[in-house]
Amino acid sequence: MLDSATTVARVEDILSHHQGMEGALLPILHAIQAEFGHVPQVALPVVAKALNISGAEAHGVMSFYHDFREAPAGRHVLKLCRAEACQAVGADRVAAHARKVLGLDWHETSKDGAVTLEPIFCLGLCACGPAAIVDGKLVGRVDEAKIDALIGALS
Amino acid sequence: MKIYLPLDSAAVALGADEIAEAILSQAQARGVSVDLVRNGSRGMVWLEPLVEVVTEAGRLAFGPMTLADVPALFGDLSEHPKALGLTEDLPWLRTQTRLTFARVGVIDPHSLADYEAQGGLAGLRRALTMDRAAIVAEVTASGLRGRGGAGFPTGIKWKTVSEAKADRKYIVCNADEGDSATFADRMLMEGDPFTLIEGMVIAGLACGATKGFVYIRSEYPVAVRVMQEAIAIARAEGVLGNVLGSGQIFDMEVRVGAGAYVCGEETSLLNSLEGKRGVVRAKPPLPALQGFMGKPTVVNNVISLASIPVIFEKGAELYKSFGLGRSRGTIPLQIAGNVKHGGLYEIAFGLTLGEIVDGIAGGTASGCPVKAVQVGGPLGAYFPRSLFGTPFGYEEFAGKDGLIGHAGLTVFDDSADMLAQARFAMEFCAIESCGKCTPCRIGAVRGVETVDRIAKGDASAIPLLTDLCATMKAGSLCALGGFTPYPVLSALTHFPDDFNRMKEAAE
Repeated sequence: MLDSATTVARVEDILSHHQGMEGALLPILHAIQAEFGHVPQVALPVVAKALNISGAEAHGVMSFYHDFREAPAGRHVLKLCRAEACQAVGADRVAAHARKVLGLDWHETSKDGAVTLEPIFCLGLCACGPAAIVDGKLVGRVDEAKIDALIGALS
Repeated sequence: MKIYLPLDSAAVALGADEIAEAILSQAQARGVSVDLVRNGSRGMVWLEPLVEVVTEAGRLAFGPMTLADVPALFGDLSEHPKALGLTEDLPWLRTQTRLTFARVGVIDPHSLADYEAQGGLAGLRRALTMDRAAIVAEVTASGLRGRGGAGFPTGIKWKTVSEAKADRKYIVCNADEGDSATFADRMLMEGDPFTLIEGMVIAGLACGATKGFVYIRSEYPVAVRVMQEAIAIARAEGVLGNVLGSGQIFDMEVRVGAGAYVCGEETSLLNSLEGKRGVVRAKPPLPALQGFMGKPTVVNNVISLASIPVIFEKGAELYKSFGLGRSRGTIPLQIAGNVKHGGLYEIAFGLTLGEIVDGIAGGTASGCPVKAVQVGGPLGAYFPRSLFGTPFGYEEFAGKDGLIGHAGLTVFDDSADMLAQARFAMEFCAIESCGKCTPCRIGAVRGVETVDRIAKGDASAIPLLTDLCATMKAGSLCALGGFTPYPVLSALTHFPDDFNRMKEAAE
């Protein structure tokens, strides 16, 4: 775990790369999450001050968007599409299988910190569903066997 | 030896990157020099990963490729187990009218030389000879309407921005393609990013705007990467900046969303772009007058903007000559869900739903009968077979209590439970509601509960659901709350049996 002085120094470095940008808050939050894996609580007041907005406003923006995390995810993130086109080819069945095998419900992380399971609403892979994205890698036509293989490869 | 293999997300999700590695290592082992071009997808997703080998006769297609099929690419191609013949002779491609997607899957997305050789920049060069009013008039004459779903005439929107007085104006491309069954924006950005750039530059010239943003959803990492690279190339080559040396200025950048469906709504997108919560704004003021940072702003969908270059290259009259009624030009149909042949098919408006689903898509992948087709994404209506005669057009679908939206079609076979689909529509609305207006924020939650009551056999909840839908439709600020009733009510109207099951079980 980083101490807060180190975190703040890195956040200030990120801020220096976004000076003069119109509507910079989302790019800044993305950059912070890319750096730390989540948006640390101590980062928000620093960002708010730099952008001349209130801490509440910065928190409001961060918490509005599904992408931004308040706490780190597991070492691996498995996202399964739950949208209609994937439902039409068995996404609900595949998701139920994944939840059972992992022993996790949506948004939960396994006790050993290995895997976080999340729903996602459309990856644009609607003609080759059910779709998934594992640590940024896209996977199409996911079935129970593919779920087992994907989960087996995560540790 | 020149080989094309898509970098398109769908191809990658089906193993294209692994095929690419195998091709390169096979080539090295055999001492063959291979020029491997990662292009966009031709749109035949059931054939991905689709490899094309350039021969004297033309480009030969092979697919769907597996790793085991790679070595045979270096042997007698006519004997290859996945040989499909010349790509351009494949029926799926031969029967299309590709205007907006003419270059997607054909060119190297990062080669400006390829782009120009296939007609790219011709439209921009013509627009540079015209004054602002003439550019707007050309767009109006083409009959182009917003391809994001609302169908608002693009020329009228541009005219409003063009005539507005302001020190700064903006062109914003809505690439927050969150509707399930839609992937045309993604395919266009991954396969032919310069077309979108050219369309945005022309929009800038027409409106007197010097800055553009492409707001791409974070679920599209490949599209984000390809667009960013293409913008850098366009800037280095003088397409952006001082536009082709004309003295007119236009530059643009990519902004990435953060997983909020509602940001596909234009006012919510503008708030997000400004660094705020993606909450919907009340209209008026229109974004055309007070948009990004309160300045006049064009907000157009990817496909609307990407259709601009061909309109200027070939003329508004040609574009307008396709289509039916007030739906002019072509539409990239996105065929998805439980279908034999899924993918992107660009054609003039006017095919019937049945021609699309039974003909082009070839029915279901499962082989079971088609039960319902959801047209237009999560906010679109479910169409039963009895409405398969409906021609594909804005007014034609509105006349059947539906919408074409962004032209995505999700096909369901007879295993679909339409009550569950209605429940999902409400659940999705509850998850994604921005929270600004009550009918959407609270109504969607009550909607899920009401559908659950119906599922338990409480028939008295059916009129309540209908009433709730009427409130959401009339009282919501934007299409999320306002259109969620479409899938719910269409499921209830066209598939009443699915809402009666429990009662039957009890009897």
